[in-house]
Amino acid sequence: MQERVIEKAAQLLESGLCSRVLGWKKGEFFYDVTPGVFTTAQEVRNEMVFTPFCGANLSKYLIAESRKEGKVAAFLKPCDTYSFVQLQKEHRIRRENVYAVGVQCEGMCDLDSLTALNLTGITGAEGLGENLKVFTLYGEETLSRKDALSLRCNDCKSKKLLDCDEILGESGEEQDSHRFDQVEALEAMTAEERFAFWRRELSKCIRCNACRNVCPACSCEKCVFDNPNSGVENKAAADPFEENLFHIIRAFHVAGRCTDCGECTRVCPQHIPLHLLNRKLIKDMNQLYGTYQAGADFETKPPMLDFTQEDPEPSIITNGRDSG
Amino acid sequence: MNKEPLIPMVAVVTDIRTDTPDVKTFRVVGLDGKKPFEHIPGQCAMLSMPGVGEALFSITSSPTNEDYLEFSIKKCGCVTSWLHAIEPGQQITLRGPYGNGFPVDTDFAGKDLVFIAGGIGLAPLRSVINYVRHYRARYGAVDIVYGARSKEDLVDYEEILEEWCREEGITVHLTIDNPQPEWDGHVGFVPNYVKELSFDTGKTVVMCGPPVMIKFTLAGLEELGFQREQIYTTFELKMKCALGKCGRCNIGDKYVCKDGPVFRLDQMAVLPDEY
Amino acid sequence: MKIWKLDRLQDLFAALAGERTLYIPADVAGQAKFTPWEPGMEMTKALNTNRSAKDLFFPQVEDLAAFKITGRQIQVEDNREDVEDFVIFGVRACDARSFSILDKVFLEEPADTYYKNRRDHATVMTLACSRPEATCFCTALGIDPQAPGGDVSCWVEGENLYLQANTQKGEALLEKLPAMEEGEKPQGDASVFDRLPLKDVDFSVFSEKALLHWFNSPVWEELSRSCLGCGSCTFVCPTCQCYDVKDFDTGTKVKRFRCWDSCMYSDFTMMAHGTNRPTQKERFRQRFMHKLVYYPNNHDGEIGCVGCGRCLRKCPISMNIVKVAKALKEGSV
Repeated sequence: MQERVIEKAAQLLESGLCSRVLGWKKGEFFYDVTPGVFTTAQEVRNEMVFTPFCGANLSKYLIAESRKEGKVAAFLKPCDTYSFVQLQKEHRIRRENVYAVGVQCEGMCDLDSLTALNLTGITGAEGLGENLKVFTLYGEETLSRKDALSLRCNDCKSKKLLDCDEILGESGEEQDSHRFDQVEALEAMTAEERFAFWRRELSKCIRCNACRNVCPACSCEKCVFDNPNSGVENKAAADPFEENLFHIIRAFHVAGRCTDCGECTRVCPQHIPLHLLNRKLIKDMNQLYGTYQAGADFETKPPMLDFTQEDPEPSIITNGRDSG
Repeated sequence: MNKEPLIPMVAVVTDIRTDTPDVKTFRVVGLDGKKPFEHIPGQCAMLSMPGVGEALFSITSSPTNEDYLEFSIKKCGCVTSWLHAIEPGQQITLRGPYGNGFPVDTDFAGKDLVFIAGGIGLAPLRSVINYVRHYRARYGAVDIVYGARSKEDLVDYEEILEEWCREEGITVHLTIDNPQPEWDGHVGFVPNYVKELSFDTGKTVVMCGPPVMIKFTLAGLEELGFQREQIYTTFELKMKCALGKCGRCNIGDKYVCKDGPVFRLDQMAVLPDEY
Repeated sequence: MKIWKLDRLQDLFAALAGERTLYIPADVAGQAKFTPWEPGMEMTKALNTNRSAKDLFFPQVEDLAAFKITGRQIQVEDNREDVEDFVIFGVRACDARSFSILDKVFLEEPADTYYKNRRDHATVMTLACSRPEATCFCTALGIDPQAPGGDVSCWVEGENLYLQANTQKGEALLEKLPAMEEGEKPQGDASVFDRLPLKDVDFSVFSEKALLHWFNSPVWEELSRSCLGCGSCTFVCPTCQCYDVKDFDTGTKVKRFRCWDSCMYSDFTMMAHGTNRPTQKERFRQRFMHKLVYYPNNHDGEIGCVGCGRCLRKCPISMNIVKVAKALKEGSV
C-alpha cells in the first residue's frame, strides 16, 4: 500500500491536479511519522510514508488546508473519512478544494501497544503487511500486526471509506466491534466505583490540551476555555472539580459530532482513556434517539440538533430510575 | 526589593488626574504615606488589583520626586480599565522597581538629548525628562518632540506648557496628527516631524511610542545620519513575574523585564523583530 | 561505595522514609510517577517517569499568596506551608541535570523562594541507567547516564544497589541509614550507549552562528506546520519553566497562584492590543529557540535540553527537538 500511496501522491502533483498533498512524513524512527504537506513529487518520493504507524487523523488539517489556494490531495483512512464527512456537515471544509484519496486500512499500531508487549528500546520496525519485525537495542522480535494494534484499532468501528474521489485498495464494511464493552463495564460499577475510576484517571490530567487540539470535533476558532473571562482555567487543573469538568464538558460539547476516531486517547500524554467518555455519550444517544454514527453520511441529522415528539426526556428517565 | 519577590506590598492611590480621554495619571504612596521605593528613570513596577490582575507599568514620576510614585496609564485592558474606574483612597498592590532604566548618569551625561515620544509613550520619558531638568547642569541642550492623535490626547499637557516650555535650554516640539481649530502648532506624524527638525547628529536620542512610530522614526533618524548606537528606546511586552523567570517577555535571548525595558537600538539589531 | 542488597530494597525505602517523605518512581494508574512511598510500594519497571521530576520543585499549580479585600482595603497574606525535608529516589541523570538547568533560572537573583525552599529541603538520590530507551539522547548533551550525580548516586549491578554520596547532604543522609557494607561496584556493560540511535545529534552548532541565523532559518515554516499548539511537550519537559500567574476569587479571598504555561499556547503573549507571536510558527520557534539558542546564550552555552526523550514519545504529531535540531543544522526540512 505504501508504494501505491506514494505513487498516487506523486502523480497527483505531477499531473497538476493538486498543488499540495496532505500525508505522513517519515521521522527519525519507523514509528514517529508526522502529518505533513508535500508540494513536489520529489519531496513525496523522499519523505512520504504510509506505514502501520500512520495513526494521525489528517482530516482536521483540511479546515486550514482547504481554505488555501489550489487543490489539496488528502490521504484518508476509513476513520479519517468519517471526520472528513462530519467536518463537511459542519461546513468547516471546502470540499471543492480537496481531492480525497481513501486508503484501505488494516489497523494502525502505536508505540504504546509495543511497549505494552514489554518491548523496550525500540529503534525501528519493518513490515507493511501482516507481520511486524521490531528492532530494539536489545534484540529483535517478529510479531503479528494484530497484536501491536493500537487500543482504538482493536475496536475498529468501520473500514468503510466515505466520500472519496478515489480509493486505494477497497472500501470495507462496518465492523462488529466491541467498542461499547468497556462502557458497559463502567456502567455496571457502583456510582462510588465509577467515581473512583474517573477520579483516578482524570486526576492524571495535566491540561496540555492535546485532546482538544487534535479533536476534529473541537474546531472552534477560539475555545471557550481559552476565554480569560470564562472564570475557568485553561492550562492548569486548578482543582479536582475543574479537572473532571473540563473533560466532561468537552465530551458533551462534541456529543453527536464525535465520530469516535479515538485521537483524544491516542495523543493523551497521560494515557487517560478519554474516548470512553465520548463512547458513553454515543451509546446513550443510540439508546435514547436511535442508532446514529457521526460522519457516516451527509443527510442524517445529529440527534442533538434534531427533535421529534417521540424523543424521550433523559432527565425524566434518569430521575425515574434513580427514585425507583 | 522585597525578599519575597512575587508577593507585593499594599499601596494607596492618593490622587488621580485625568490627562486625556483614555489616559489617567495615578499618584501612589505606601501605607505609611511615603514613596514606596526608589527607582531609576525608565524602570517599571507591577501594579495589581487582586482578582482583576497584575500588569507592568513604567514609572512616570522622576526619582527626584521624594514624595510619591506616578503612573500614567492608558485604558486598554482588564487591569487598566479597573484602574480607570477607581477613586482616590483605593488600595492596590505594588512590587518593583524592575528593569534597567535609562543610563542617565553614564551614557546620557554631558550629552545633548532629543526625546521623541508618541501618545502614551511619553510616560516613561517623563521620568527621564524631569530627572534631566532636576540635574540640568549635567546635560547639554534638550529637545522634546511629542506627538499625539489630537491636542486632547497629549499627556501631561499642562506640565509641558507650564514647566517644560518655559525652561531654558529645553525646546519642546509638539505635533498632532490632524489639524484642529484651536491648534496653531505643528500638524503631522512624529517620524516626519523629526526629519523636518533635522537634528544635529551628535545628539543622543531617547524614544518611546507605538511600534510603527519607532520603526519610521528610526528610519528617519538613520536617514539624517544618526547611528543606532545613539538611539535608546524602551519596550513593554506581556509579563507575569517581571523577574526574568516566567518566560514570556523574551525578545530573543533578552528579557524585557530584566535586561530591558531600555535598549539601545544597536542591541536590538541582533535580536528578532518579535515585539 | 556502600552496598545494599536489592532484595531488601523495601527496607531501604522504609529507612529513608523514616524521618521524611520519600518519593520513588512508582506506577500510579498505569503511569510511572514520583510518588510518596508507602510500605510495599514498588519501583516502576519503566525507565523513567511519565512526567519529569521537576514537578517536585516546580509543581504544576501552586499558591503564591492570598489577598483579603475589604472595601478599598487590601490585606496580603503569605500563607505558604513550611516545606519539610524530603528525599527523591531514582532520579535519572537527565532529570538530575534538569535541576541544574532550572536552578540557573529560578535561583538567579532575585531567587524564586518557592522553588528554592523545595530545593533546599530535598535530597536527590539518582539512579544510573543501564537499559536506555531508543529515544534517549542525554549523551549527545554531555550527560553520563551512568554517573547520574545528585546528592547520592546509585547503581544497580547484579543483586546489589551501590550508593555513593556526592555532597554533604548526601553524606548526612547515608549516615542515618543502617550500617552498610563497603565495596567497589563491578564495571557494568555500557556498550548499549554506543548503539543509541540519537547519540550523535549535534547540538554544538547552535553556538557557532548568530542568534538571527537560526531565528531566520527557512525550516521553521515546515517544522511547525502540523503543530497542534498543545502543551504536551512543554508539560512533560524537565526544563520547561515558563509560568502564568493568575487570581482566583474564592468568595472570601483572592488566591493568587501560578501554573505552568506553554509558549506553544496562543494566549501566552496575548496583550490588550494583540500578540507579538501571532501564528503557531512564531510560538513553535520560540520554544525551540529558547532551548537551543536563547538559554545557552545566557548560560555559558549549556543547551536547555537533557535528552530525556519524553517529547519524542509524547508529541501527538511526533515533532520534537531532535527533528528540529537536525533540520536547523541542515537548513532544510
